Amino acid sequence: MQEVRATRAKHPAPGLDRLIHERMRLGIVSALAANEALTFNDLKSLMNTTDGNLSVHARKLEEGGYIACTKSFEGRLPKTEYKLTVAGRRALENYLSHMETIIHQMRNS
Amino acid sequence: MNLTRRSVSFFQPEITNIQLPLLVALDQKFAWWLCFVKYLTPFQTFGIIPPMGSIHLVVPQNEEPPALHERAMDNLQYIRETMERATAFTGISGWGQVAIGITALAAAFISAQQKFFKGWLAVWVAEAVIALLIAGWSMDRKARAAKMPLLSGPGRKVAFSLSPPIFAGGIVTLVLYRAGLTNAIPGLWLLLYGTGVVTGGMFSVSAVPIMGLCFMALGAAAFLAPAGFANWFMAAGFGGLHIVFGVIIARRYGG
Repeated sequence: MQEVRATRAKHPAPGLDRLIHERMRLGIVSALAANEALTFNDLKSLMNTTDGNLSVHARKLEEGGYIACTKSFEGRLPKTEYKLTVAGRRALENYLSHMETIIHQMRNS
Repeated sequence: MNLTRRSVSFFQPEITNIQLPLLVALDQKFAWWLCFVKYLTPFQTFGIIPPMGSIHLVVPQNEEPPALHERAMDNLQYIRETMERATAFTGISGWGQVAIGITALAAAFISAQQKFFKGWLAVWVAEAVIALLIAGWSMDRKARAAKMPLLSGPGRKVAFSLSPPIFAGGIVTLVLYRAGLTNAIPGLWLLLYGTGVVTGGMFSVSAVPIMGLCFMALGAAAFLAPAGFANWFMAAGFGGLHIVFGVIIARRYGG
């Protein structure tokens, strides 16, 4: 029983995308899904978070290939811009349908 | 007896035979003192540890399935809200504003040729309707381009925050017209439109509330300026400010 609970705690639901299950990362992907592109500062004020927190989560998403990051200069100020990749959009859609399945299962049972 | 004396001797270490009867009398008078010195009965009740409560798990084991279901609902809600917030954030269409600015410049030009106030008013009311249509169409198009045909959230926010000042503006315009104070109308419009933009743009990119503040400042200036400049103020506000900020928003936030 203990073992079962332990594994369940690790995987709350099988097949769940751990990369965007986390609140902050889910928020970043959702915000980018509604916009063509958002800068680092836009995302920061939208998510109401700190520089460090956002950059860590954004990097994780970038490593997973869900978002693309372009760095450029606007005058002298560095500008970091994020876009959702095709893989990222698909991941969000999968996540949405996953959540819907869970809800439907509960309604039916 | 012996014990009693010892307790008193705490205060009086050397007891002589003469003092003894006095001490006995003291003992009788302060017999209650024994309770505290010897038995400590009233204090002991405080010292007793109450029996421990039954041990139970903080998280009940069998509540996992509904929690999962609720979490799924919560996640969906969160995604929806974040997307709405993000759309409201950049939902204002920059190019739409530029288009509104250009039509406003045209309206300022036409209205300047009008000989009577009624004609001037009609031109600007027509321009307001055209601007509203352009704004609605361009915001809808931008939302669709982002695959978010969610006019319910961001669109409603803008509509609700802009319509009260415009409604107030309409009524005050009538009042001023009746009172014959038509010179104050351009300043009033700029000021009220500015307040609507500031409150509606609070959730949007910072360029939007700044534009609202510029409108308010221009409105205040229009009250002070001589009446002959009215059309210039209208052109600078509804034309110039819309075009300038429209270009800024379109450049920075894609369209």
